[in-house]
Amino acid sequence: MENKANQFINAADVALKDPDLQKAVAYGTRLGFNKRIAAMYEYGEEHGEALREQAAQIKGRALANLPNLLEEAEKNLLANGFKVLWAKDADEANELILEIAKKHESKLAVKSKSMATEEIGVNENLEAAGIEVLETDLGEFIVQLAEERPSHIVVPIVHKTKESIQKTLEEKTEMPSTENPVEMARFARAYMREKFLQADLGISGGNFVIAETGSIGLVMNEGNGRFVTSLPKVHIALVGIEKIVATLEEYATLTQVLPRSATGQTLTVYTNLINGPKRPHEEDGAEEIYLIFLDNGRSEIYQSNYADSLACIRCGACLNACPVYDVTGGHAYGWVYPGPIGSVITPLLKGLENAKMLPYACSLCGLCKDVCPVDIDLPHFLLDLRKDVVSTQKGNLFWDLGISGWSWVMRHPKLYRFAGKVAARVLSLLPLKKLPAPFNAWTDHHALPAFAEKSFTELWAEHQGEKNG
Amino acid sequence: MPLPKRESPKGKAVSLFVTCMVDMLHPETGLSVVQVLEYLGVEVNFPEKQTCCGQPAYNGGYHDEAKAVAIEFLKVFRDAEVIVAPSGSCATMVRVDYPKLFADDPKYLSEAERISSITWEFSEFLVDGLGIENLDGILPEAQSFAFHDSCHGLRMMGIKDAPRKLVGNIENAEILPLDRAEECCGFGGLFSIKLPNVSAAITDKKLASIKKNAADWILLGDVSCMTNMNTALEKRGEAKRLRHFADVLAEAIPKSGAKRGENPDGE
Repeated sequence: MENKANQFINAADVALKDPDLQKAVAYGTRLGFNKRIAAMYEYGEEHGEALREQAAQIKGRALANLPNLLEEAEKNLLANGFKVLWAKDADEANELILEIAKKHESKLAVKSKSMATEEIGVNENLEAAGIEVLETDLGEFIVQLAEERPSHIVVPIVHKTKESIQKTLEEKTEMPSTENPVEMARFARAYMREKFLQADLGISGGNFVIAETGSIGLVMNEGNGRFVTSLPKVHIALVGIEKIVATLEEYATLTQVLPRSATGQTLTVYTNLINGPKRPHEEDGAEEIYLIFLDNGRSEIYQSNYADSLACIRCGACLNACPVYDVTGGHAYGWVYPGPIGSVITPLLKGLENAKMLPYACSLCGLCKDVCPVDIDLPHFLLDLRKDVVSTQKGNLFWDLGISGWSWVMRHPKLYRFAGKVAARVLSLLPLKKLPAPFNAWTDHHALPAFAEKSFTELWAEHQGEKNG
Repeated sequence: MPLPKRESPKGKAVSLFVTCMVDMLHPETGLSVVQVLEYLGVEVNFPEKQTCCGQPAYNGGYHDEAKAVAIEFLKVFRDAEVIVAPSGSCATMVRVDYPKLFADDPKYLSEAERISSITWEFSEFLVDGLGIENLDGILPEAQSFAFHDSCHGLRMMGIKDAPRKLVGNIENAEILPLDRAEECCGFGGLFSIKLPNVSAAITDKKLASIKKNAADWILLGDVSCMTNMNTALEKRGEAKRLRHFADVLAEAIPKSGAKRGENPDGE
C-alpha cells in the first residue's frame, strides 16, 4: 500500500479535528490498556514480569538463531506436507500468491486477519487479476466495506464509532437497519458464511511458525480463521521470517503472552496449530497449504542495530499505551504499522527518507517499552532513528542551525549567561503574547514562560555572600 | 533493565547540577534544594561553569552537538563526588544516556560512566542515597498535594515513592491521589515545537485530570513538564498551577540556615 508516513503532521491534524475518531480511539486504547494490565498481572506483578521476560528471551533466542531455525522449520514443514516458498519482497510474494490462485483457478479468496498481507497489498493484487477477496475478521470486513485501512494492529476499526459502523454496513450491504451491535455482527456472520462455502482459496497470516514441529500457530477470536484455513481446498499462509519460534513449549508461553498483551484475554477463543494439509483419513482441512516466508526488508533489519525490533509479536500493546497514538489514531502514521512499533519499523521497512517524521512522533515517555511483552526498547530505537535522520537525511536548515547555535552557546558559559539575561530582558520589555514562527507553535497553546529576574547563578552568588558575610 | 548499584553518597559533598531550566526560569527551586541540603548538613557546591546536559540535542538526533555539550559537562563536574539535580529528566540524561552517548568513544566513556554513577535526582538522593524520608518539616497550615510522575524520572530512574514520602512526612501535608498520574504531559522537549498540536492534545488530556483534582497543589520533580503544564493552564485561563516538590520541602523547614538538630531547644 502507498506510504504516506512523511505526511504525519498533516494527517495528525486531521485526526485531531475528528471528534468521532477522538472518542473512539481514546475509548478503545484505554480499554485495551487496562485489560492488558488486568490479564498480564493476573497472578501478581512478579508473575507478569516473569512472563514478559520469558517471552523476550524466547524471541531473543529465536532471532539469534534465526537462519538455522528457518532451515529447520522448512525441513519440518515440508515433511508435514506444506509447500514452502520464499519471497524476497512484496512483488515476489504477490506474484507467488497470484500464481497459486491462477493454478487453482481461484475465483473467491477469503482472508483472515493478517498484517503481512496488508504490508504487501494482497487484496489489490488479487482484485486486479479479477479474483474477489473477502476479509472475514469482523473489523477487517468493515474496513474493507468502508474502503479504508485498518488503523490498529489488533483492533482494525478502533477509530470507528458504533454509529459509523452501522452507517457503513447499511450503505454497503443489505443489512436491515439496526443500532444493535449484536444484530450487526449476526448479519456479518450470515453474510460471510455463504462466502466461506463458495470460497476456493483461503489466505491467512501466521502468528508463529514452530520450527521443531513444522507447524503454523494462529490465534484468533472469531473463528473465521478456522473457516479460512480449513474450508477452501487451497490455503496460503503469508508469514514474516521473524515469526519463527524454536519449540512447541516456547509457543505455549507466547500464546499466553500475546492475548494478555493484545486484548487482555488469558487465551484467545481459538488457538490453532496447523500441522499440514488434510491427511487421507481426515474429513476436512485444506488439500494444499502454501507457506510463504516473507522477507521484504526483514533481513536488512536483522543485520542492523535494530534487529531486536523483529521480536515484535504484533500485540498492539504499545499502540494502546502511546499518548501520541491516543490522540492521532493509526491512519496518521501513513502506512501499515502505526504507533511506537510502526514508528520504528516503517522507516526500516520503507526507507528512512520515506518515514523520517515518524521517529519524532513521540514524546519519549517510555511507556511503550514498559508494556511491550518482549521488552523491545522502542524509545531507544526512536532516538537512534532520529540520529540516523540527522546524519543521513537532507537537513532542515532551521533545526540544523538552531541546534548547532544552541550547542555552541551551551559550551560557552559566559555566553549562555549573557543570552539568558538578554532573553529575560527582551521577554519582560516586549509585550509579547505570541512568538514568531516557528515558535508560535508554542504560543498557540501556551502562555510565554516567564524568565526569572535573577538566574540561579546570581542567586547562588548572593547566597554564598550571605553565608560568608 | 535496572540501573547498576552504586556507592553510597553519605558524607560526601554535593555538586549541584541546577539544570538550565531551573537556572533561567525557576531559580527559587534551585535555592530550595540548597536550603534542604544545607539543613541536612550536606556541603553543597555549585560548579559555576555549568550550562546544560545536552538533552535537547540528544533527543533531536543531534548526537555530535549533544556530545560537545556533554563533554563540557564532564569537565565542569570533573571534581564532583556526588551530583544532584532537581530534575528526573536531566538526571536521566546524565545517569542513563551519557554511557550510551559515549559508548563508542573510549576517550570519554570511563569518565561518562563515573559521572553517571554519581548522579542523583534530588528526591532519589535524599531517600535512596541518604536514607532520609522525614525532614521533620512542618507547614504553617494544612495543605493537600497530589503528584504527577514525570516520565523520565519514573520510567528511566524508577522514581515514584521518594518525593511522596518526603512531602507526605511533613506535618500538615496530606497526599491525595491524582488520576492518570503516570501519563505523559505531552511536552517531550522539541516534540512540543515540532508537533505542537499533537503535543497540546496530549497536554489537554493531562490537564483534564489535573483540573478536577481536589489537591491544593499538584507537585512534580521536573521544571520542564511543570512549565509545559503551567503555561498551558495560563493560556486556558485556569488558576490551578503545579509546583516543584523541592519548594514545598523548603517551605516546611527553617529558613535561617539552621541545621537539623541544631535548633535553639537543643533537642
